[in-house]
Amino acid sequence: MKKLIFLLFIYLNSFSLSNALIKVDITRGNLDPLPIAVSPLHVEKSSENLEKLDTKKLGVNISAIIEKNFKSTGLFNPLKKEAFVQKPDIAHLKPRFEDWRLIKAQALVTGKLSVKNNKLKVEFRLWDLTASKEMIALSFTTTPSNWRRVAHIISDKIYERLTGEAGYFDTRIIYVAESGPKNQRVKKLAIMDQDGAKTKYLTLGNELVLTPRFNPSNQMVTYLSYFRNLPRVYLLDIETGKQEVVGNFPGMTFAPRFSPDGKKIIMSFAKDGNSDIFTMDLETRVVERITEHSSIDTSPSYSPDGKYICFNSDRSGLQQIYVMKSDGTNVKRITFGNGIYGTPVWSPRGDLIAFTKVRKGRFYIGVMRSDGSGERLLTENFYQEAPSWSPNGRVLVFYRETKSGAQGKGFSAKLWSIDITGYNERKIKTETDASDPSWSSLLSK
Amino acid sequence: MTKSLFYSIIFHTMMIFLTALSLPFMTREPISLPPIVSVELIQITDKTNIPFAPKARKIIDKVKEEEKRVVSEQAPPSAKAKEKPDRIPLPNDKKEKKEIIKKKQNPEEIKPQIRQSSEFEKEELINTNEIAALIDKAKEERALKELENKKLTQSNVKNNFATGLSLSEEDALRAQIFGCWSVPLGLPYDKDLLVRLKLELKKDGTILKSEIVDHQRMNMPGQKFYKILAESALRAVRLCQPLKVPPTGYEKWKNIQLNFDPTEMLKG
Repeated sequence: MKKLIFLLFIYLNSFSLSNALIKVDITRGNLDPLPIAVSPLHVEKSSENLEKLDTKKLGVNISAIIEKNFKSTGLFNPLKKEAFVQKPDIAHLKPRFEDWRLIKAQALVTGKLSVKNNKLKVEFRLWDLTASKEMIALSFTTTPSNWRRVAHIISDKIYERLTGEAGYFDTRIIYVAESGPKNQRVKKLAIMDQDGAKTKYLTLGNELVLTPRFNPSNQMVTYLSYFRNLPRVYLLDIETGKQEVVGNFPGMTFAPRFSPDGKKIIMSFAKDGNSDIFTMDLETRVVERITEHSSIDTSPSYSPDGKYICFNSDRSGLQQIYVMKSDGTNVKRITFGNGIYGTPVWSPRGDLIAFTKVRKGRFYIGVMRSDGSGERLLTENFYQEAPSWSPNGRVLVFYRETKSGAQGKGFSAKLWSIDITGYNERKIKTETDASDPSWSSLLSK
Repeated sequence: MTKSLFYSIIFHTMMIFLTALSLPFMTREPISLPPIVSVELIQITDKTNIPFAPKARKIIDKVKEEEKRVVSEQAPPSAKAKEKPDRIPLPNDKKEKKEIIKKKQNPEEIKPQIRQSSEFEKEELINTNEIAALIDKAKEERALKELENKKLTQSNVKNNFATGLSLSEEDALRAQIFGCWSVPLGLPYDKDLLVRLKLELKKDGTILKSEIVDHQRMNMPGQKFYKILAESALRAVRLCQPLKVPPTGYEKWKNIQLNFDPTEMLKG
């Protein structure tokens, strides 16, 4: 019997060899943006017209925002509407795939909307044109004034369906809006949508505000403001506008930042003439010392699991980045390159740390793995710093100061974004000069 | 004992029979090198713009005839200087020679052949007849059907595809799919995300049937990334079709498996 099985095995083996399936390994692809067609959303004829909102144009406006979002990622190439063969009222039912393939689109977004009883209902569908099938279909109902957010949410859903990672369009950026000459700078806290729309000023500009930071788990913000020349750490609820003083701290307090669960804030301040890292429990208001070293330790940032903290310190002579456990033990230096490293920020994905590097008078924004390996400098300029991660860990927002004026004596600070591949650097439009940006988590989770 | 012996004999004969059927190349003599050389030549001719068959044959004949003369023309300049006075009055021979040289130097025309003539010994040049024949075949086909510019002769194909695609054919296919595959860049690079895609192809390279080998994994919870990668692979092959497959040896590549591995791309 054993012999029989053995023979059978040999026979099968020889047979399979003679008819071996050809296997080809595909290990590379292209990085060209995916051609996508965003058909304007069809507006149902029965839709009411509203006072402040032209309902008829809503379909076009929503699709324009989706297109703008996609274009800003660098991963998609929204096709020009002039090339579209099918009109939105037919396309939203079932598109003629051949018509869309003809213009070289690989994905198509269609949809319709209606406004009834002061409610906006939006439906959209994403089509895979090569497979001629639907990939995702969703519907939202909200108040009509929320139409911009609907466009961002649709963008997020499509982005996630096509790339595999969560989107970052339905988010906001808080920053310090600056105006006036350099020696009399007025700094106000401002918030806007990630695409630069809907700017709102949260403080009047009487007091200096610095380093606003979003809570990674909700829409709370912590920032530093000076009151009677003493730094105060504030908590601000963006939804309700409620503001709260966390505490007064001695001079030279820097960059309060939330822990990943939002229950603590971590910051550095000078106690007994030396700057160290401290945490404060937001419920009990108990302050705990994390580092105790004669050097200057600043800019702490938690890893997304809350187990580690990265910070910068000059304990080795020059300012470098260190990682330690969240209780302050096991301190390890991770940067050894030439130059000064600062403002480390741990990616929400946990794999990378973004930083600012200063070398030979030039400022670089870069990323590296959390063990310090694989350093990649993404952008270089005359002055730029304070990177902040998009919630999906793909894009960084930072601010850059450039010389301005005829003689180059003035300066202008603006927000810029760049993705972690180093491509796709973009200026974010702001009403005023801007610095110290912080990216919120997704508003709709 | 007799029973098992009986079984053994039956299965042994079955084995031999089936091996003879399924492994035909084993019965053949192992020498299959010359056709491989010829295939490479044809690929060069596909890319370069060699003149049509009659012209090519003429040129090769001339090259053969003028072999010695070509060599003498390449001789040191001192010898040429000696010839100069003769040439001045009426250089009829020179014109002919010049023409030959011109043709030789023209990269569009007979570059591959000339390379051979300079690289190989005189005896080996006799093979140019065979080469010319191959070129003739390829060029005739080309003249008939410009679209099928990759056509090979049947004798080449038999040997070439006995074990699947040749390296250059595999490379061509791979390069084609590289161009069509938009890698979803949001995928994590530290997970096992190899997508194996089995294709059944038509003779013209279009897809008759496509199947993800682990298709059940696509709908499993927590396999979102796998699904997205698999979809991107499917998009790539559909977008690329007709695939660049050899024009012959259909049975060998009718079923083909593509393994999509984005790790290298995602790690950057």
